[in-house]
This record gives sequence, C-alpha cells and structure tokens, in this order.
Amino acid sequence: MEQIGILEGREKQIFEKKDGGQAFDISCETTSLSGSVSQRACVFCGSRVVLYPVADALHLVHGPIGCAAYTWDIRGAVSSGPELHRLSFSTDLREMDVIYGGEKKLYASLIELIEKFSPKAAFIYSTCIIGLIGDDIDAVCRKVAKETGIPVLPVHSEGFKGTKKDGYKAACTALMKLVGTGPIEDISPYSINILGEFNLAGEAWIIRKYYEEMGIEVVSTMTGDGRVGAVRRAHGATLNVVQCSGSMTSLAKDMEAKYGIPYIRVSYFGIEDMSAALYDVAKHFPDRPEIMEKAKEIVSREVRNLYPKLQKFKAALSGKKAAIYVGGAFKTFSLIKALRSVGMSVVLAGSQTGNKEDYLALKEMCDEGTVIVDDSNPVELSKFILEKEADLLIGGVKERPIAFKLGVGFCDHNHERKIPLAGFEGMYNFILEVYQSVMSPVWQFAPRKGGSL
Amino acid sequence: MLLRHTTSEVKEREGLTINPAKTCQPIGAMYAALGIHGCLPHSHGSQGCCAYHRSTLTRHYKEPVMAATSSFTEGASVFGGQANLLAAIDTIFSVYDPDIIAVHSTCLSETIGDDLQQITRKALDDGKIPEGKYVIYASTPSFIGSHVTGYANMVAGMASQFAVSTGEKKDQVNLVAGWMEPSDMRELKRISKEMGAKIVLFPDTSDVLDAPQTGKHVFYPKGGVTVPELKSTGDSKFTLALGCISAEPAAIALDKKCSVPFETVDMPIGLSATDRFIMALSKAAGVKVPDSITAERGRLVDVMTDMEQYFHGKKVALFGDPDQLIPLTEFLLDLGMKPRHIVSGTPGGRFDKRMKEILERAPGANFKNGLNADMFLLHQWIKNEPVDLLIGNTYGKYIARDEDIPFVRFGFPILDRIGHSYFPSVGYSGGLRIVEKILGVLMDRQDMTANEEKFELVM
Repeated sequence: MEQIGILEGREKQIFEKKDGGQAFDISCETTSLSGSVSQRACVFCGSRVVLYPVADALHLVHGPIGCAAYTWDIRGAVSSGPELHRLSFSTDLREMDVIYGGEKKLYASLIELIEKFSPKAAFIYSTCIIGLIGDDIDAVCRKVAKETGIPVLPVHSEGFKGTKKDGYKAACTALMKLVGTGPIEDISPYSINILGEFNLAGEAWIIRKYYEEMGIEVVSTMTGDGRVGAVRRAHGATLNVVQCSGSMTSLAKDMEAKYGIPYIRVSYFGIEDMSAALYDVAKHFPDRPEIMEKAKEIVSREVRNLYPKLQKFKAALSGKKAAIYVGGAFKTFSLIKALRSVGMSVVLAGSQTGNKEDYLALKEMCDEGTVIVDDSNPVELSKFILEKEADLLIGGVKERPIAFKLGVGFCDHNHERKIPLAGFEGMYNFILEVYQSVMSPVWQFAPRKGGSL
Repeated sequence: MLLRHTTSEVKEREGLTINPAKTCQPIGAMYAALGIHGCLPHSHGSQGCCAYHRSTLTRHYKEPVMAATSSFTEGASVFGGQANLLAAIDTIFSVYDPDIIAVHSTCLSETIGDDLQQITRKALDDGKIPEGKYVIYASTPSFIGSHVTGYANMVAGMASQFAVSTGEKKDQVNLVAGWMEPSDMRELKRISKEMGAKIVLFPDTSDVLDAPQTGKHVFYPKGGVTVPELKSTGDSKFTLALGCISAEPAAIALDKKCSVPFETVDMPIGLSATDRFIMALSKAAGVKVPDSITAERGRLVDVMTDMEQYFHGKKVALFGDPDQLIPLTEFLLDLGMKPRHIVSGTPGGRFDKRMKEILERAPGANFKNGLNADMFLLHQWIKNEPVDLLIGNTYGKYIARDEDIPFVRFGFPILDRIGHSYFPSVGYSGGLRIVEKILGVLMDRQDMTANEEKFELVM
C-alpha cells in the first residue's frame, strides 16, 4: 500500500497556494472525521495543558486512571518553587463508582489531599465519564472550599464536549474565578500579566526578565511558573499580554469585560516577533518614554549579539525547506518568519486549532506553492513532506518518528523541547536545533537521500 | 526535589491514587493490536484517548504509531456511538486500507452502553467490511483493571474471533505472548526455532514497533502475526500462555472455542522462569532441548556465579506489571538479592497468590497491587526501609533521584532511554542483560562513592 489518498471530506481542509490569489475557503474549527488518524486531542487535554503550570495548586483528575496517568509530568513546564503540579492525582474510578457515582470518592480524595499537601487552591478536572454519570462536582467543590478555606475550582473538561480549544476555555473559566480575589493596592500602573506562556524549559523566565528590565512589573505569569496568589492579583495589572492564538484569549477577553484591562496578542518566537512583543507593550505606556527606550536598547543589544551567530547557520541552511505542523496557528506565523531569517522557506504550514482568520493570514504570508492544512494526519503530512521535498518537520511528539522514518530533520516545538526556544536566546537555540537536525550526517544513510539499503 | 511532598507516614487512603503505577485498558489493547499484521487499531471514544495512547506508545517505542478514533462528540454520547463506529469503519477501509481493524472501547463508550459485538455484526451485515477484511473488537473499559487487562482482552479477542477448528490438528504450538517488548517476541521466535519447535506467536510486535528506517512512512510495517496464522491457532495441538494475567485469557478462549489444551507459565524472565518455559515448550512441541540452549543457560549461570558476591543481600524495590514482576522477583531471589517493596497498580488475586509463594523466601517483604498501590506508596515504603536498587519504568526516576538509589529501567513505559525494544529481557540471554544492567548501576555507584583509598581497578 504505497499511496493513500486524501480523506474524503477533508478536501476543504487542505489548500495549496497557487497563482497568488485563487479563492480561499479553508474549512476549519470542525470536528475530525470519524475513523481518521487525527493528531488532535480532547477538551480535557486543553484544560490540563493550560492549568498545568500553576505550580502551588492541586490538580486532581476525577475519572478513571488513564487521564491522570497520561498527563503526569509530560508538559515540561518548570517551576522556580513548589512542584505540586508535577505529581499525578486521580480518583481512579472503578466500576462501582461508575454505577453509584463518584462524588463521595472525590470529596474524600480532596479532603485527604488538601490536608496532606496544603495547596493554595485546587483544580478538579471533570473527565468524559463524569459528564455521563452526572457527578455534581460543582457542589463537591463548594463544600470542600467551605470546609478547607481554599479555592476549589471545578474544570468542566469532559473530553467529548468539543475540541481542545473548548478545554482552553474551561480552564480560563476556572482561572477567572481566582482573578480578582487578591490585594492589588501596591501594584504599579506600569504592569502586565503574561498569558499563554507555559514556561517550557524556563521560557517564561526569559520573557519576564525582558519586561522587568524595561521597568514593567509582571504581576502574574499565569500559565508558566504560575502561582495562585499571583493569579488572584492579576486584575491589578494594566495590560494583558497574550501569547498563542488559542489558549488564553478567552481569559483576556473576560478580564477586559470585567476589569477593563485591555489585551494585546504577541509571540515570543523569532527576532521580529519577539521585538514586536516588547515594543507593543512599551507603546501601551506612552507617558513613560523610558520604557520604549529600554525596549529598543534590549532589542538592539540582543540582535547585535545574535545576528553574527545566526549567519554561520544561514550559510548552511539557505534554500532548505521546512514543513510546520503545530498546535496553534499563531506559532506558525512566527516560525515562518524565524525560518526565513536564516534563508529557509516553508512548504507546508498547518495547525490543529487554527481559525479562518489565522489561515487567511497564513495564506498571505506563505510563498507560492505552500500547502496549508487544518487538522492534518500522518498520511497527508508524509505525502506533502515527500512531494515538497522538505528537509525539516517542526511538530510535536507524534510527528517526530514520522519525520525520522522519512529521513527528514525534526524540531519539537511542543511538549518535548528541553531547551527554551522563546526570546532572543531561544531564537539562537531554535536555529541551532534546526541546523543540527537538518545537517546531521545521519541523513546520508537514509535510503531516500541516496544511502543504500 | 520533585517528590519532597512524599511523607513517610503510611496511611490508608480512601480511593485516591497518587502517582499511578498503571494506566488504563485501551492503551494495552492498542499495543496488542499492533502485533497483528496489517492492523489499524481503532479507539471508540473521544479523540483525546487515542491521542494520549499514541503519544505514550510513540514516546516508548520512538516509532510512528497509527490508530484511528471515533471522535466522539456530545451527540454521540447522548445517542450512542453506533453511527460513529459504522462511519469510522467505512472511512478506515476506504482511506487507510488495513487488512484488519481492531476496535477497542473506552470508558465513554462503555458507559453509554455501546455493544461492539452488535455494531461490528451490523457493519458486516451492511456490507461495510470488504471481502477478505476483518473487524475485531475488545471491550476495554478504563474503570476496570489496567493497561495489562486491556492487552489481555484484545489478545483474547484475537483468539476467540480468528481461531478456527478445521478438525485437522497441526503440529504446532500456540505461544501467547504476555505484555512484552518487540525484542522479547523476536527472542521467543529465535528460541523456538533453535529448539525446532513449530509455533504461532501472537501478538507479535517485532518488525512493527522496531521497524527499520527506509525513507518511507509505512502505515503497516512488515511484522505482526498474520490472519492465516491466527486462524490456524484453532488447530494447534497445545497453547502455552506466557503470563497468567496478560496471556492466559487468550488461552482459555482458544480452549473454549476450539478445544486446544493449554498451560500457563510465567513470562520467561530470569533463570527459573526460563527453565520452566523451555521445559514446557519442549514438552508441548515434542522436541528435545538442544545443546545450544543448554549452553545459553550455562552462560547465564556462569555469570551469576562469577558475580554472586555483588548481588548477595542487596535490597531491591520494584514496581510494574504483574506478569513481569512475578518472574523478575523470583530472579532477584535466585541472584541472592532481597526484594523488599513491590507494587503493581494492576489489580488481581493471581498476582497476590504467586507473589506470596515466591516471597516465602523473603520474609517481611511488602507487596501490594490494585487500588492505592501506586508510586506514592512505594516511595513511602522506601523512606521507611531504604533499598540498594530500584527497578521499574521511567517514572521511577523521581524516586531514584530523591532517595539517591541506583535505578534500572524495566517495564512500560520507558520514555527516556532506548534499548528496551531492541534487546530482549526474556530467555537466558535476556537474563544476562538484566544481570548486566543491575551490576552496571551497582558497580557505577561503588566506583563513584568509594573512598580514595578503597577505589580499585579490579572489582
């Protein structure tokens, strides 16, 4: 079975940019076709990744063991202090619980855990089966909150209730209940919250350092090295800075509606977008021009430092082709720009959760001949990687071995990055990783690249 | 340190699991299904289940793992998943063209009461299953048992749904592989060939999850037990089930359907269990144990003898899956070590019974399975009685680091090392590898911590 065609019903989720301006009507934000080998996950997964980095909170998964087991410390969101988030807590529902309900078990588990670990708050994740058996987790949470005196927040993340994006929203709803419950008197008017930055490999620390250097107070890095106390005070910040198109936008919108805090969208990947992320924040504080001055100073210092280092890679990487398939579409934009800065082009660009606007913007950015895909699968990915002769795939855990089997370099831009890829130093790390993978001597042994069997 | 939260006081918990030593049924079913040639596993539930299982298997094997999902939505959860599964079967055969679809359920589809047998029957009646193609199924509710149970259920499904009795016995023995690595399955085939025993091994993930780099992404790698082989299991003269929890249900199913007598032996890990396996295979297949196998045994015994003093009295904590822990514990005892704490998240009385028998040689050892038998408990036990060695899957690294214990990775999942899928742990050569790994970490520890004046060239 050499060739597998494109799935029926998926034609509208794939677009190839040809002759500049053919009508663009990509279909997205749909559920995957039944029976497809999708790279997507579920509502619970969305909630779990967003809330995971709140390090001094208890994260209890209410359901059978799998949901807790598969999300045990896979995220790599590091903490500068408490590490309660890295433990795996589950009510481990059994058959009798499914029949008679799991509320009692949830209550007992919560009481035991709060007594044992004294967390600052608790998030209770509702899984598929809870939605079906109808446990009233809200009532249990209210009861436990009252008895223990800490916020106990239900997260309605039943897996089947939509897509991963709906999980982001459920997580934001839970966070929103914490926001506004802490003191804000001593917060500077030149202050921000950093949203949607998960502190993978310590990335939030890099970003936070830049802003603090600019003279801006970072009230909370909600979803990266997060703390309950900081989230409670988040409404005291002047501006919300949201990275990633999907995960935290709904919280930013809710905070704007309730507390009048405006938000901007940024990306911390690549020189261009990282610089813009600093300038855009500085622009928000025009009454203090020294903030902008400092931002310019940081950018010029970092670029001066970075630029010569990148030239070495550029010589080798110029003309190489990349395929990008990541979770959020916003990240794809940054990656295209970042790769261009070392002379690489992008031949396939896709995401799991992009919306129409995202894809339109993507179409504008892409070169002629680029394939744009929504919710893709391994068959399409390998087909286009071979057809377009890509030298690199950027993706997540399930994509890595596919690239390697095809004899193509790989860079993980999802869970499994062990070095920070955000910020200026992250840009260096990213290009270094791309260089090391694309230029690895191992590809010469791959049959497709001329190696013999 | 990560597990600073672990307290030494052991208290009974009401249902709560902290840091599980198991996961759920469907991933076991998915792994087993990959051991059939040309098979696409199908997860009947939400997309997340399938994504998590594929991710975990991908991390463990560093191989592309293909599986489809019914992509349940709210509608399916209210009206039942029949329409989803029927549509999925259509999609899969028309687009991915497998020989077989192996469907397993999830907690979601089980709770809404989807009957996989009825739905697959309907798919057949509606002509959705092309000529010469198959859909098999296993019921794998996540709220019963563990990933090991799911593996057992899918393997039993293979036996009961494929095996045919033609009335003509074949001179072959069925080997039902308990949950083991592709390397182990490859080794079982090698040993059988060496002994001249004709076998059908199922499932068989060798050449599927250790496939070579070819420059192509092959959806169905060349390995796996084939349909004709699976059908022929009904005519085999005997079945050997390797592991009472993960393999025996398939042997029972075969006996029930096609009257193939069976014997259950432990997974051949370590010396004694391999001895029993070799003798059982020799008897079942009617072949003599060749000198080459005796020599393999002799080499393992020789190394055990040479190194005997370094194992003696060393305390060990171990955790993992029951069918692996039973022979492994026995092997540690054969080496003169002292198993002290043993945890398996998989529930089951068979484990208790076998462990009790084996641990008669190690009075006072702690062991627990099922509810609350998790890594938190294991850590607490270790805090109360420290050990010299920890053996278990990757999650053990937290305890090993926190308590500063030499650590050997063994079991599923191993996410941070390679080797498990390439070098066998079964048979005499597998025993050698286990011995080598244990000695390696113990000797490294000795070299790194010995006083200057005690640091020596030769051990």
